[in-house]
Amino acid sequence: MTHYTTTGLDHRKVAIWAFIGSECMLFGSLISTYLIYKGHSKVGPLPHEAWTDPATGQVYKAILNIPVTTASAFTLLMSSVAMVLAYEAVKHRNDANWKGRGTIWASSKLWLGATIVLGTTFLGFQSYEFTSFVHEGLTIKRNLFGSTFFTLTGFHGAHVTVGVLWLLSFLVVDYRRGLQPRDAGTLDLAALYWHFVDVVWIAIFTLVYLIR
Amino acid sequence: MAHEHAGHDNPDHTHEHPTWKQYRWVALILTVITALEVWAYYMPTLVASPFFVPLLLIMSAAKFIIVVAFYMHLKYDHRLFRALFTGPLAIAMVTLISLLFLLAKTGAEMRA
Repeated sequence: MTHYTTTGLDHRKVAIWAFIGSECMLFGSLISTYLIYKGHSKVGPLPHEAWTDPATGQVYKAILNIPVTTASAFTLLMSSVAMVLAYEAVKHRNDANWKGRGTIWASSKLWLGATIVLGTTFLGFQSYEFTSFVHEGLTIKRNLFGSTFFTLTGFHGAHVTVGVLWLLSFLVVDYRRGLQPRDAGTLDLAALYWHFVDVVWIAIFTLVYLIR
Repeated sequence: MAHEHAGHDNPDHTHEHPTWKQYRWVALILTVITALEVWAYYMPTLVASPFFVPLLLIMSAAKFIIVVAFYMHLKYDHRLFRALFTGPLAIAMVTLISLLFLLAKTGAEMRA
């Protein structure tokens, strides 16, 4: 049952938007820090260009792997599509006039599962990226790029993890008793959070990975 | 004071959400913009031009706005939700731009 405030708005939805607003400022500060220190690293590895250690002569290649990150960005983008499909399936479950009724589009389990799988795949890409960076000599304390990069993308990855766990709880409920249209409002809160995590990555993908 | 409106439809949904057709178009548009962004990254002449960064920022902003407007259905939602999102977002962006100008200037002075 949904609770409404004197404004006539669902107070949980007011809260999630206020939370998302505060998250904008958190990620704004992390992105600001990354951009302020961009190009100020004294030692490599560097994001877009090779660097030779003058002391040892060791060459560090440009560390960012754009093809892999493009795949992970696309994965997260498509997870947002799966999320809206899951929401629509739950919202219209008892709607006899809904066009998707009786088709694959009406399977909230499928779309919730797809969102979780795509989110987890994104986390897999991030784990691969972090591991390969460490193997190539970039750690969080190696240089300013490493510190700001791991902090920013690590915080984002933590948010994706929370989102995956949150959606997993909905999938469990869907299997146990079936999500009903009355649950659409609650699912919408998780969906808003998930889409927010996606838009943060849209910004990070451009500002950190593509702009040299 | 919060109270319950049992049996009411969501009053915060003053307008309909996007349609199925719109969701599909949005997915296609987001995919195309992402492909264009990556294509731009691999075009040396474009990367060397002064249009590269503005072009990427415009494409990224377009994706951001599309997801927020349609998938987060802010375009169709109550204005209070819009204010709760765009207010802090504006503060974050103004802070970011101010810091970049301030510290870029300070850094240049220190290096001189």
